[in-house]
Amino acid sequence: MEQSWRQARSLFFSVLGAPLFWLVAFFMVPLGVVWLYSFGENRGLIDIAFTGTWANYAHAFTPLYLGIFWKSMWIAGLTTFLCLVIGFPVALAITFAPEKAKAWLLLLVMLPFWTNLLVRTYALMSIMGAQGLINNIAGFAWNGASGLMAHMGLHALPDFQPMQLMYNNNAVVLGLVFVNLPFMILPLYSTLDRMDRSLLEASLDLGAGHIQTLFNVVVPMASAGIGSGILITFIPALGSYLTPDMLGGSGAQMIANVIENQFKGANNWPFGAALSFILVYMTFIGVALQGVLEGQARKREAQGRAA
Amino acid sequence: MSSRTSRRSLLTALGAAAVGISFAGLEGCTKPEGPKAGGPEEPKLNFYNWDTYIGDTTLADFKKASGIDVKMDLFSTNDELFAKMKAGNAGYDVIVPSNDFVARMSQAGLLMPLDHAKIPNMKNINKDFLNPPYDPGRKYSMPYTWLCLGIGFRKSKMKDMGGTMTPDSWKWVFDSDLYHGKIALLSESADLIRLCAKYLGYSLNNIPDEALPKIEAMLTKQVKAGNVLKFHNDDGQDLLAHKEVDIVIEYNGDIAQKAKDDPDLDFVIPKEGSELNSDTLCIPNGAPRPDNAHKFINFILDGQNGAEISKTILYPTPNDAARALMDDSYKNNHMIFPPAEALAKCEYGQFPGAERAQKYEEIVTRVKAAAGA
Repeated sequence: MEQSWRQARSLFFSVLGAPLFWLVAFFMVPLGVVWLYSFGENRGLIDIAFTGTWANYAHAFTPLYLGIFWKSMWIAGLTTFLCLVIGFPVALAITFAPEKAKAWLLLLVMLPFWTNLLVRTYALMSIMGAQGLINNIAGFAWNGASGLMAHMGLHALPDFQPMQLMYNNNAVVLGLVFVNLPFMILPLYSTLDRMDRSLLEASLDLGAGHIQTLFNVVVPMASAGIGSGILITFIPALGSYLTPDMLGGSGAQMIANVIENQFKGANNWPFGAALSFILVYMTFIGVALQGVLEGQARKREAQGRAA
Repeated sequence: MSSRTSRRSLLTALGAAAVGISFAGLEGCTKPEGPKAGGPEEPKLNFYNWDTYIGDTTLADFKKASGIDVKMDLFSTNDELFAKMKAGNAGYDVIVPSNDFVARMSQAGLLMPLDHAKIPNMKNINKDFLNPPYDPGRKYSMPYTWLCLGIGFRKSKMKDMGGTMTPDSWKWVFDSDLYHGKIALLSESADLIRLCAKYLGYSLNNIPDEALPKIEAMLTKQVKAGNVLKFHNDDGQDLLAHKEVDIVIEYNGDIAQKAKDDPDLDFVIPKEGSELNSDTLCIPNGAPRPDNAHKFINFILDGQNGAEISKTILYPTPNDAARALMDDSYKNNHMIFPPAEALAKCEYGQFPGAERAQKYEEIVTRVKAAAGA
């Protein structure tokens, strides 16, 4: 029987006090200030007047910025999809790995978390650059082949031209998948690991193939994990700023880069605040959507059990 | 029901707190803490500078000469510096804004007027730098370095450009597909728009409204054709050194630093002219130790100390006494000191005003969005 917090009021509040203070002082108050900025107007170079205007939001809903939001959602969506496609088999494999190996495999997934994002991005750049590892190996192979052909009396190949792997949208998506993959694998693993294995055996015994079992039994049972994995991959990917800035080309700007420019170069904090809050609201909508879906899944599960 | 009311009142209280704090914060910006009256200042100084922008031994030399400990923090763009100072001076005594930001910050009341009597080494400054348009009479700033935007390029990759192998026009970055996919432009919106205006025959400043659609169309065409690899954040010299691009808009000092190790790199100021910049030493309003700050600025403007800095950072110095002490590889380097006839066509970029700056930013945002479409 759970104890109601009313029966231990003082204990409840003393435990809650510190985190609540933290949440209010360092999260809600600063966020509230930014929220107020989004209804403000610039007065001169440094002052912002809180006029309650909706002009910043109206400006944000012009085709230019909507297009950038749309593009960011597209990149984040593609990233999330790729993370799911790559992460699901990985999570499944870890689930079925021997107990001893599990801990090590999970450690390997989490290891990149302990490295700074900037360092990881520079590492990618040193691999993908015009003089990076991949191009160096390709150039070495190219020159080797060219030498061999010349040796055999054939025409030598033309000079090696480095492949342009970086500074385009593919590089941004690759970088985002690389960075966000653990966010997808971990929740998937935690649901898949709790899965009742006897249901898989039943499915196989009753004549379903492995693929059929995967899509008709495993995926529906893991839907809660898939939902939260999608959410916590999509949200950071949507607001990503460093990856498009460093790996992207001339057309790589995402909404977070535009927000940064509003706070810095354009010195237009009210508009930057409005763009930021539209991003926050989109996150809220995503969380709410996921809550609804999860609730439905739970209801279905309860009905299934009752039936 | 009662719990709902209480939650709502908590939110109201939070909202009120947020309003209160934000106004208090703004109050903090406009009301500088003056220096403590009377008594000598403690031997400390907070210096807010760019990265790789001071001599190897300068801070230690200053400590030896004056007993003042300098703590140096780094910023990476003027916008970052401005955003920080706008939110309230966090205890810095000397900052290093560029020319247009000197104008912007002095207009916004963020700078303390300098006491020229405390800076006798002002006599070392080249007379061309004593009365600049961004700070008439040097009321708020002392010149630290000057620099010029231009085109950095890899000599071995240049093609024939009408009888010359030197890309001596902005055309080759803004309006040509000769270096398809091997061009990097500056991301800074005001600088980019100004240079485009210069190419189209306008002045850097007071760009007429009818020029803006032309500039936007030119840039859009250039990015849509895939000619521009990247808009860089003042790291174009690295893109050039790593052979990601062959031609890039950059500052002369940045290219000169890289060219020391890679003789295949060179720098030219295009024939249409370009934008001059000058980084300056200023004392922000609310600086806790203005006396030490004056001493530090005077120390840096000394010939010997200035030469020590120039040796490390390889930016052109406005300090005649320091320049005289440098060796010929610095004095006669055409990247560091471009030819006088090229410099004659250059201008300082002035802060175009808040509304205009936002307009420029939006144009560049639109161009980048077109590139991604």
